[in-house]
Amino acid sequence: MKGEGDDGMAYLVLDQLTKRFGNWTAVDHASLTVEKGELISLLGPSGCGKTTTLQMIAGFLDADGGRVTLDGKDLLAKKPNERGLGIVFQSYALFPHMTAAENVAFGLEMRKINRADRERMVADALKLVGLEQYGDRHPRRMSGGQQQRVALARALVIKPSLLLLDEPLSNLDAKMREEMQIELRRIQRTVGTTMILVTHDQSEAMALSDRVVVMNKGRIQQVATPQDAYDRPANAFVANFLGRTNLLPGMVGAGAGGGTVITVADSVWPVAQEVPAGPGALAVRPEKIGFVDAGGLSGTVLARVFQGTQWLFEIETAAGRLMVIRQHDGSPLPAERERVMVGWRPQDMAVMPADPDTASGVREAA
Amino acid sequence: MAASTETQVSGAQASAPPPPRRRRRWPLAPYLLSAPGLALCAVLLLVPLVMTFLLSLNSFSFYGGIQNVWQLGNYADIIADDYFHEVFLRTFRIAALVTLLCAVFGAPEAYILRRMKSPWRGLCLLIVLGPLLISVVSRTLGWALLFGSTGLVNQGLMGLGLIATPIEFMYTETGVVIALTHVLVPFMVLSVWASLQRLDPQVENAALSLGAGPLTVMRRVVLPQIVPGILSGSIIVFALAASAFATPAIIGGRRLKVAATLAYDEFLNTLNWPLGATVAVLLLIANIVIIVGCNRLVERRYKQVFE
Repeated sequence: MKGEGDDGMAYLVLDQLTKRFGNWTAVDHASLTVEKGELISLLGPSGCGKTTTLQMIAGFLDADGGRVTLDGKDLLAKKPNERGLGIVFQSYALFPHMTAAENVAFGLEMRKINRADRERMVADALKLVGLEQYGDRHPRRMSGGQQQRVALARALVIKPSLLLLDEPLSNLDAKMREEMQIELRRIQRTVGTTMILVTHDQSEAMALSDRVVVMNKGRIQQVATPQDAYDRPANAFVANFLGRTNLLPGMVGAGAGGGTVITVADSVWPVAQEVPAGPGALAVRPEKIGFVDAGGLSGTVLARVFQGTQWLFEIETAAGRLMVIRQHDGSPLPAERERVMVGWRPQDMAVMPADPDTASGVREAA
Repeated sequence: MAASTETQVSGAQASAPPPPRRRRRWPLAPYLLSAPGLALCAVLLLVPLVMTFLLSLNSFSFYGGIQNVWQLGNYADIIADDYFHEVFLRTFRIAALVTLLCAVFGAPEAYILRRMKSPWRGLCLLIVLGPLLISVVSRTLGWALLFGSTGLVNQGLMGLGLIATPIEFMYTETGVVIALTHVLVPFMVLSVWASLQRLDPQVENAALSLGAGPLTVMRRVVLPQIVPGILSGSIIVFALAASAFATPAIIGGRRLKVAATLAYDEFLNTLNWPLGATVAVLLLIANIVIIVGCNRLVERRYKQVFE
């Protein structure tokens, strides 16, 4: 997995972190290294353990095994109110009986910062999130987006060593969410705080993070930059979870020329990765597939749909149905029921061992 | 307005919907719809109250009975007489103490109950609500058995050698306060419970993450948010404690009279109905004044929470 190994920059380290609820393992030996100033997303479907991981880092849940160190110091040994982390909750969790400014000032009061400094810092924090005129409003009189910003200011004003964001944008409408994504990115660039974002929304994770941590069933599936995870998913789950993908069953074995190849129906593709021989799967994005004259996978066009900037094809092959996206750029495209051959560059595909859970064919992210 | 005052008046208001916009003439429907509720209120509450008030204006003589005259002599008697002052003072002292004790025990009790895990929570809630399931007389007689000079508490303490002579619970204010607190604490628990339901559980975690210790979280974050619940609970408890009859009658007896037992005695022993009615009317007025006053005071202080 990418991202591990460069220990020189390690700031937050999760080492074999584990949490069990009865017989169920919510987080299963999760290990992760986060660099200082990085924005990293824990991404996965609900119940994948991402929030549990965050709660253990925050100290609201006790770990059943493993270690967490922040800047070389053991974090799990400290009480939650001594960890000095900033947290933005899904429900915002603002104090309803305090004004926006009092909410932001609370953490500073707990740090016994004198009144003059406190007022200045609160004003700065509110300005950072664009709420300088709203200091004396109560949360109940603010919109969801404004409450979100107050929560962010309240968490940032204490200059946390780490900012944890638990599905911070899920309660906002689509337009507001987009605005807050840009806002969050800008603030992260301005203050440079290390952030961990928990989300189930892959586009949000892709848009915001330096790296994404894809989780499923309590296990970390892949840690990579959004682009890497998208282009070279480590396994079928990641391939399916991040955007649309075609997953084709095949057989991995030695090729005629010496290297490893994967055979999918009537086509053979060279494999650059290390994959054990035997049943495997090939993942390739719809937009990376083109129509070729020879050396590809043959099939029949089942349907083609015009979508303005692009054409969407569904193609029946011996290995299953494929989804293909072609740009609407005037080049000739096959008609429905036409026999075609499709192909892609070997570097555009990812090969992985067969996953019994995943059937072949076109899948969309949840 | 606080939740409790809403519930008190809801019977009269809930059935009256806003009048339709288009209709120009006096809309009849809302009045017709609320008529049964209003009639019930009038017959069961308003009429007896007015009659009690009218009765309190009559005078009474030992030989002639109730004299059908209209005067304020009974009120003058009570205002002038130290004995009545003492009874009223005692009534409100007991009510205030019971309210305070209910708040001190009930609020933490509700908070702890909310944090309990599933099977224990139901069980403990049942125990808390237990007093309400038992008849007021048998419950109070139970306390009398515990409290008596040969009761379990005194026997136990003397047996342990902690006290030489029995502590007097019976016929004392202490006894009445303890027994009333036991009866009324469920109202406080339920009222605080309701306001805890509205509390976002993450708010406490948020305060922790900002560096607040557990006690600060309670004082600065949880307590201010459950004040409306404590207040509405206090109003219920105070009103019930000030007008309680059975418990002061059994534990306090003849020696320790409160307003309710005083009115009862005037009605049934002295047969001075007008004086009893005067006591009842004064008790009602004092209750309303104290409750509305306190409500206003706290409401102003915690204006933001009540919105």
